[in-house]
Amino acid sequence: MAAYEIEIILNRQLADCLSIPVFITDTVGNLIFYNEPAEEILGKRFEETGEMPVEQWSTEFKPVDEYGVVLPPAELPLVKTLTNSKAYHKSFWIESLKGDNQQISVTSYPIIGRTGKMIGAVAIFWKLTDE
Amino acid sequence: MKIKICGVRGSLTTTDPATVLYGGNTSCIGVWENGWQLVLDGGSGIQKLKLDEKLAAKRIDILLTHLHLDHIQGLGFFKPLFDPEMEVHIWGPVSSSESLHARLRRYLSPPLFPVHIRDLPCQLELHEIEKSSFDIGPFSIMSDYVIHPGPTVGYRLSCNKGVVCYIPDHEPALGERGIINDSKWISGFDLAKGADLLIHDSQYTAKEYQLKKGWGHSSIDDAGFFASIADVKHVLYSHHDPYRTDKQVDEMFAEFTGRTEYPFKQEMAKEGMEIEL
Ligand SMILES: [Zn+2]
Ligand SMILES: [Zn+2]
Repeated sequence: MAAYEIEIILNRQLADCLSIPVFITDTVGNLIFYNEPAEEILGKRFEETGEMPVEQWSTEFKPVDEYGVVLPPAELPLVKTLTNSKAYHKSFWIESLKGDNQQISVTSYPIIGRTGKMIGAVAIFWKLTDE
Repeated sequence: MKIKICGVRGSLTTTDPATVLYGGNTSCIGVWENGWQLVLDGGSGIQKLKLDEKLAAKRIDILLTHLHLDHIQGLGFFKPLFDPEMEVHIWGPVSSSESLHARLRRYLSPPLFPVHIRDLPCQLELHEIEKSSFDIGPFSIMSDYVIHPGPTVGYRLSCNKGVVCYIPDHEPALGERGIINDSKWISGFDLAKGADLLIHDSQYTAKEYQLKKGWGHSSIDDAGFFASIADVKHVLYSHHDPYRTDKQVDEMFAEFTGRTEYPFKQEMAKEGMEIEL
């Protein structure tokens, strides 16, 4: 397989040195990298899973609103970024690995290189409640 | 395919007698095949480049990796630019803000240069490239962005004689963990893969690189590792630091090859070297 564009590579190198969870996807949402802090959220290690197709990793999450109602994918920031090539931000709850709900805030942005073409997306997860 | 190394010095030309063996001219390479001539970068080494008298057409193509001064400073003194019968094609990376013409004009205009780019007598044609594939005469060329400050590409030139990869300014190790040992995640990998000859940045020693992260260049260790992952056959380490004397270049190479074992041929690039593929 061809190498990723340098904008994707540089995003991974940046994510590698951050203490906040970062997910990097290709243009259709396949998870091509997640950093160590994100491993905690997924309960998986990138070293072990490698890349994950969108169908697989999206089911690992149960995003819900404040009333516990499951959010449709179209309302999630990353899905919106992949659809519209724009940045989004939203707070919601996800079921943690321990089974309780955790409030998080997600910022997602498109990776658009010098040529103006979208080549991937990044989602950053901010924890709002203590574990 | 004939390749002539006309300039190997990084960043700044040197005139110190202690640097004459490897040479003080900045980046420029000439490539010839079947009556066609290409120029890779227009550093001060371009003055060493003679125009082939048996060119198939009155045309020459200059492929710029980027517009840092050490890669374009010789352009204004390249004779074909002043020959009205000459077709000169300049290829360079697209930027998200200004056109290639506008960026070149900053150098090719007063007060930096007496002649305006628009007044150059040759038939000048500019081509903006990115991750691109194009043909020039017998050459199939691939360009792609590589990690270096500002829009910068590397080139892969193929013809029926072999493949040459040219990435003179490149920092594939930028990041906390250096080069990620997975070819999909390595800047420039597709350009270099399996090349018969790789001409690559190796401005620093591994120790120096620790203090120069983010400056856009490679240590010789990273260049060697990059070459090994890309499985090339021959490497010329180039873009020598302007403060490195010939003796120090030799010492750097001896120290590096003394503690590494790579299966490919490797040499420090030297002005005047000629390689035939
Ligand atoms: Zn340079
Ligand atoms: Zn440069």
